[in-house]
Amino acid sequence: MPKPLPEPQLPPGGRAIAPLDTQTLSVVESVPTKSIPLYRLLLKDRFATAAAIVLSLVILTAVFGPMLVGDLATKQDLSATNRPPFSGADGWQFILGSDSLGRSMLARLIVATRTTLSVAVPAVTVALLLGSLWGLWAGYHRGWRETISMRIGDIIMSFPSLLLAVVVLFVFDPSIANIILILALTRIPIYLRTARAESAELQSRTFVDAARTFGTKPSTIIRRHVVPVVMPTMLTLATLEFCYVMLAESSLSFLGIGIQPPDVSWGLMVAQGRQYLQTAWWLSLLPGLAIVITTVAANVLAAWLRIATDPAQRWRLTLPRKKLIARIPVKETH
Amino acid sequence: MWTYLRRRIVSSAIPLVVVILGVFALARLTGNPANLYLPLNATDQMREDFAARNGFNDPLLVQMGNYVGGVFRLDFGTSLRTGEDAAAMALRAFPATLQLAGVTMFLAIILAVLVGSWAALKPNGIADRVSSFISMAAASIPDFWLAIVGIFVFAITLGWLPTSGVASGASWVLPIATLLLRPFGVLVQIVRGAMVSSLSEPYIKLAKSKGASSSRVVFRHALRNAAAPALTVAGDLAVGLVNGAVVVETIFGWPGIGKLMIDSILQRDFAVLQAAVLITAISIFTLNILIDLGYALLDPRVRPAGSIRKRRVHAQAIA
Repeated sequence: MPKPLPEPQLPPGGRAIAPLDTQTLSVVESVPTKSIPLYRLLLKDRFATAAAIVLSLVILTAVFGPMLVGDLATKQDLSATNRPPFSGADGWQFILGSDSLGRSMLARLIVATRTTLSVAVPAVTVALLLGSLWGLWAGYHRGWRETISMRIGDIIMSFPSLLLAVVVLFVFDPSIANIILILALTRIPIYLRTARAESAELQSRTFVDAARTFGTKPSTIIRRHVVPVVMPTMLTLATLEFCYVMLAESSLSFLGIGIQPPDVSWGLMVAQGRQYLQTAWWLSLLPGLAIVITTVAANVLAAWLRIATDPAQRWRLTLPRKKLIARIPVKETH
Repeated sequence: MWTYLRRRIVSSAIPLVVVILGVFALARLTGNPANLYLPLNATDQMREDFAARNGFNDPLLVQMGNYVGGVFRLDFGTSLRTGEDAAAMALRAFPATLQLAGVTMFLAIILAVLVGSWAALKPNGIADRVSSFISMAAASIPDFWLAIVGIFVFAITLGWLPTSGVASGASWVLPIATLLLRPFGVLVQIVRGAMVSSLSEPYIKLAKSKGASSSRVVFRHALRNAAAPALTVAGDLAVGLVNGAVVVETIFGWPGIGKLMIDSILQRDFAVLQAAVLITAISIFTLNILIDLGYALLDPRVRPAGSIRKRRVHAQAIA
């Protein structure tokens, strides 16, 4: 802990301990913790490692890629239109082929990575923050605040998200900010429901009860005792939601009401390549493949995170894979 | 049961009311509705005429009264493109979507029950791996891309199926296959999970030990109790199916309500969009009530007292 605590901190286990002086603290810290660091666990799972590498590559591409390719994504070369991919004869910029205006597919895919992520990441972050805080608040206070919050969530969920986006983006401009807002709005209930359930469950735990008895403010209890316990679940959910939001943005862009040209996103590239399907399949199949690879990676990582952040299931990851299957005949998915 | 149903109807009517009022608010609060209804190059004179003709100069409350009244009479104004009644256009497109969604859901349920039960019988077996692969695919593959890959492989390269239209039975294959992926992927996991837990119940052991055949144990005893969780997600799936239908209909030129919506957006035909959105909302509301009714019939705790006899027959079947 970087700063001194104003009140005795209760461990998440729920057992109150006497205030520690600095000496005991250092002793406690010197005892090696039994839990393995998360990245070591990650390296033990081949699939999760691969997924993490893929996602890191995608993020690196989004951050640094556009700088590397410069204006290659918009530079037209009418002498090199619709070049097939993987031929290698036309230089590295056409390794993934070129489109009907002779623009490099590789460069366009790289630039589209940034656009796609610059919608998906803020949308997930906004929904995660608002939804979690709202859910924690509703679950902490219970009663009418909880009921009203859940009703609002139900209302948003009972309406097809694409329709909502369609109406809103019809009335307002389909700018990147509006797409982010509408995607965040339609996904807030997911976090709201989960955070509410977890937070409500925590209210009956001893350490929350104890903090309340000591007269701690609700905001402090939520920040110090509820958030750390709920956080792993919410992060796992956010990883999973990243897939959904990316797919939703792609669908909107594909339908022509998301990202607008001259900006380019993966979904928009699939739409633009559709009319050339007979002559240049790579124009719409490659961007779609980029979407699939990213979402599969996020899905695999989310599945791993769900187990890795759950203390009751974490031991499974420390076993060799063969034994794992033998020991758990029935895998519970829920 | 009626108290239960009444409560459910009220709670699913609230979103409907919110949607109706929300569409009104969106159309009015963003400034002049003429901007929405009229083409971008309309003159000021046209805008004024339009506002006067459609009562946009009235007080907001009067406008809202007229609007809500119009919704109840299914009167959404006329289409800008064709001059036709907007509600009539939406209602004409509706059956095509309903057929597509109905066939898809039917197939999804049948397949999910078969594959899900099979997967639950043999964890880590072939069916289990297939079902978890499909669930993963359903959560990761964009439906529009799957549709395009399908067109590329089966329509362009192999030439087996048409690329679009509703001319023949073959033109149903690709749209349904595309639309099927998501509900199937979700349902199969739910059926599997519910079957795994219901197969470990004591009454299954009892049924097995009295010598019931394994198919009877699975379909008669276990599946009956696993059906309720699957039904609860059916409402969410239907909502998701609308999302899918918009995409699939656009790609395959299916003359349904999703294509109508996208067409009216691209040509800025707000009256038709509004009609299509509200008719979809009303049908989702109706479907939710039907699902609640089905749930009430399935779950003995909310079943009416009159059907006790039926339950007793069921009890005898188990004993």
